[in-house]
Amino acid sequence: MNASSGNQGIEAIFRREAGRVLATLIRLLGDFDSAEEARQEAFIAAVEQWPTQGMPENPRAWLIRTGQNKAVDRIRRDVVFRTKVQGREIASAEADAAAIAEDEDDGTFGDDRLRLIFTCCHPALSAEAHIALTLREVCGLTTQAVARAFLVSEETMAQRLVRAKKKIRDAGIPYETPEPPLLNQRTQGVLAVVYGVFTEGYAATAGSRLVDAELCSEAIRLGRLLDELLPKNASVLGLLALMLLHDARRGARVSPDGDVVLLEDQDRAQWDRAKIAEGLALVEQALSVPGQISPYAVQAAIAALHVRAKTKEDTDWPQIVGLYEVLLRLQPSPIIELNHAVAVSMVDGAGRALDLVDSLQARGQVSEYHLLHAARGRLLQQLARPNEAREAYRAALQLTTLEPERRLLMARIAGIDAAPDGA
Amino acid sequence: MQYLLLIYSNEKEMAALNPAERTSMTEEYTEFTKGIIQAGQFKAGDRLKPTSAATTVRVRNGQAVMTDGPFAETREQLGGYYLVDAKNLDEATAIAARIPGARVGSIEVRPIWPPQT
Repeated sequence: MNASSGNQGIEAIFRREAGRVLATLIRLLGDFDSAEEARQEAFIAAVEQWPTQGMPENPRAWLIRTGQNKAVDRIRRDVVFRTKVQGREIASAEADAAAIAEDEDDGTFGDDRLRLIFTCCHPALSAEAHIALTLREVCGLTTQAVARAFLVSEETMAQRLVRAKKKIRDAGIPYETPEPPLLNQRTQGVLAVVYGVFTEGYAATAGSRLVDAELCSEAIRLGRLLDELLPKNASVLGLLALMLLHDARRGARVSPDGDVVLLEDQDRAQWDRAKIAEGLALVEQALSVPGQISPYAVQAAIAALHVRAKTKEDTDWPQIVGLYEVLLRLQPSPIIELNHAVAVSMVDGAGRALDLVDSLQARGQVSEYHLLHAARGRLLQQLARPNEAREAYRAALQLTTLEPERRLLMARIAGIDAAPDGA
Repeated sequence: MQYLLLIYSNEKEMAALNPAERTSMTEEYTEFTKGIIQAGQFKAGDRLKPTSAATTVRVRNGQAVMTDGPFAETREQLGGYYLVDAKNLDEATAIAARIPGARVGSIEVRPIWPPQT
């Protein structure tokens, strides 16, 4: 094996094992920063030793053992920590170092990765910290990449990560998978973070990027990892299905000029059939877990009906309306009400849908939500009430900074102004 | 680890409780305190007199200056505390959630620095 292909092999192993090695080192060393340092030192040692001494039989175990030995060496050198490592005596850290790794099977590594996810998404941390920590520590993105994804400077993101890790250490946030009474609630929290990463990528909340593919892919990877670690969970299956079915349409959602293409106008040939097939199979699994109805699974079922249809007219709108009603019972929210109203317009007509949207607006919860005004404009346009439609589109324009959305709204207004009858 | 659980509530609302509500609140606190003593989690705990009895002291230019009232006027006031021993934050917040005052006010959970060695 020549040197360059050897290095490529080592790099591939690093990429594959980075998350697992870190997750286990955090448990063994009891601290995020020491674990990151130890992993770094282990990788350096591997680059030095593997090409000459040969690849170890179990590279993961080698990396963990080397990382831990390096950490113990460092602790021994470090007078300040002579007596204590996060409350552990050196002797016990050394004993651990001797015993670890060889006997750890995949199950233990899986447990460590789950511990890491639950810790990064702990409810005592802020929502911002959840996403930043998960992308940095679980997905292994660089601080720079995480910063770029959230449109903040690298320095700001680095500080956010430092603060979050300090809170984990100082507040005594456990490095544990919660026990059953808490497990379900905490899992929902983790899924909300994963979905947050996905939606951040799917429709960046500000600026001109409509789709940030990297975040969507990371969210789907996290979904797959959770499905592996928490199998046969309706919420996990439902969320993974939902993300895949949305992501399958990613390419068709934006025109080559960066404009929004609505579902009804999308070129269905551009949809990713492999993701759709996987998503559809997962929806079925999610809906058939006994005793669990997950809002994610219901949303995925709605997305499934959309992608199954050959045209907008061919879509099973009555069933979509029914599913939105199920969703409203499980998880009432103004946004779901709005989507329900739009589906109702396809079954009972724009007039009935407008009543629903107006009643939602009258309750005042979403008057600042641009899509409410955009949907109103659309319904008013269908009802041949161009002046009110124009007003609604203008209200929507005032509330969104997303450039492609703005262009769509301006095109709608221009369309009204150009048509003599306003239709 | 040790955690200080700071019990905040609106003093005016607490003062407006009727005698029956006050008695049942006291009983709940007694029950709760017994529970954490039995579980070996209790280190200390007290109820504070209201902020109308508070005095704030500052030393400026070597002079102790006293002012009437708490350090800051807030909607909720510190009304009591527990000092508990807990394995980690999850255990501490689980104890905090059982404090009767958590249902009307809020509990701030603050880890205590370990003693310097």
